Amino acid sequence: MDGFFEFMQRNGSQIAQLTLEHLWLVIATMLLATAIGVPLGILVTRKPWLSKPILGGANAAETIPSLALFGFLLPVPWLGARGDRLAIVALTLYALLPIIRNTVAGINGVDPAVRESARAMGMTDRQILFQVELPLSYSYLLAGIRVATVLTVGIATIAAAVGAGGLGEFIFRGLAMMNNKLILAGAIPAAILALGADVLLGMLERRLRYAR
Amino acid sequence: MSAADRPPVIEFRGVSFAVNGKAILDNFNLQVREGETLVLLGRSGSGKTTALRLINRLQEPNAGEVIVSGRPTTAWDAIELRRGIGYVIQETGLFPHFTVERNVALVPRLENWPAERIRTRVDEVMRIAGLRDGQFESRYPHELSGGQRQRVGVARALAADPAILLMDEPFGELDPLTRAELQGEFQELQRALSKTIVFVTHDLREALLLSTRIGLLEEGELVGLYTPEEFLRAPEPLAAAYVATLEAREPNRQARREG
Repeated sequence: MDGFFEFMQRNGSQIAQLTLEHLWLVIATMLLATAIGVPLGILVTRKPWLSKPILGGANAAETIPSLALFGFLLPVPWLGARGDRLAIVALTLYALLPIIRNTVAGINGVDPAVRESARAMGMTDRQILFQVELPLSYSYLLAGIRVATVLTVGIATIAAAVGAGGLGEFIFRGLAMMNNKLILAGAIPAAILALGADVLLGMLERRLRYAR
Repeated sequence: MSAADRPPVIEFRGVSFAVNGKAILDNFNLQVREGETLVLLGRSGSGKTTALRLINRLQEPNAGEVIVSGRPTTAWDAIELRRGIGYVIQETGLFPHFTVERNVALVPRLENWPAERIRTRVDEVMRIAGLRDGQFESRYPHELSGGQRQRVGVARALAADPAILLMDEPFGELDPLTRAELQGEFQELQRALSKTIVFVTHDLREALLLSTRIGLLEEGELVGLYTPEEFLRAPEPLAAAYVATLEAREPNRQARREG
C-alpha cells in the first residue's frame, strides 16, 4: 500500500470527476426506476393477474449478468449511441425489481380494516390510493429504493465497459494494468457512495414509518 | 307515530348472496324502520356482517335487492350512498397516519365542507362520543386506549350527520368495564340523535340492552324478529338456547346455595 494516499491526492481531481459521473448514473437511474417501478407496483396490487408477468419480467432482468446486458444493448440504435444512456437503461432494469416488490408489499400490507373503513366512508379508489395506501407504504417504498440504490452504485462500476464513465474507469484500468492502487481508487469511493446512500435513505425511511 | 308505522329506511327484498357458490345469505327479507336500532344477532358465519355490508354496497346481492332510502343500492352511486351512512367496525379502521382530528373530519373533508364548519362539527361529535377536553385532536390513534379509539370511530361515523349508522361489533374487543360504559353512552346517544341503526353482535346481553328489535340469524337465514321482551319468551329453540346462556352465566349460584 506504499504511497496510496499520495496516489489518491495526486489524482484527486480525476477521482472527483469520476465520482460525479458515477453519481449522475445512479441518480438518473433511480429517478427513472422509481418513476416506472412504483406505478408498476401499484398496477400489480390493482390487477393481481399482472403480478406474474411484471414481477417475473423484473426477476428475469435480474438474472442477466450485467456485463452481458450492457453488451446486448450496445447494438440498439438510439441506446448504443451514448454510453451513459445505455448504462442508465440497463441499470434501471436491475433497479426495478426491489422497487416493484416493495411497492406491492407496502400496499398489500395495509391493515385490511383501514382499507375497509376507507371504502365504507365513501373514499374513491384514487383517494384510497393517494391518501391511505401510499402514505402508509412510504417506508416500504423507500426501503425498496434504498436497496436498489446500493445495488445500482455497485453495478454502475461495470458501465465503464461501455464507455459510460464513472468510477468503473479506475477499476477497469487497474485490472488491465494490474495496478491495485487504481482499482482501489475506484472501489473505495464507490463503497463510500453506497454506504452514504444507504445511511441517508435509511434515515429518511425511519422518519416516514408509521405505526401500522 | 309508533315505531311500527314508520316507513322502512332499509329493506332487504329476497336477498341472496353467495361467495364461490357457498350461500352466505339466502332469500333474506327484513325491514329496518326509521329511528330504530335493529340488532342482528347470530354466531360468526351466520351472515350478519354480510347483511351489513350489503347496506352500504360494500357487497352487492346476487339476487333480490337492498333498498336504502327508497332506492336499490345498485341504483345508488356507491360513493354517495356510503358517505350518507356511518360505519363503525370492531377494529375501528382508523387511519394510523391521520391525527384524531383528521380521522374524525374525514367525510366532511371529502364532501368539501368549509373549514370553519368542519371544526365546529368535529368539536361537536367529539363531545357526543365522549371525547371532551380538546386533548385528543392532535394525537394519533396508536396513542389512544382501545375505548378511546372506539369513541373516535363513533365520532368519525357521526361526523357528516348520516341518517343511518351501521355498527359491526363495535364494542367486541373492549374490556368489560369500558364496554359497559360505551354501551350506556350508546343508549344516550341513540335517544338524543334517533338515527336508524343496524347493529351486529353475537352477544345477547348487548342485543337486549341496545335494541328496539332483534333479528336472529342462523346460516344465512332470518330465524326470527323480536322485541327484546319477546326474545326472552320466544319458543324458537335457537332463541331459547341464547337465553339459556344468560342463566348459565350467573356465577356459581348452585355452589352458593349448597355451601
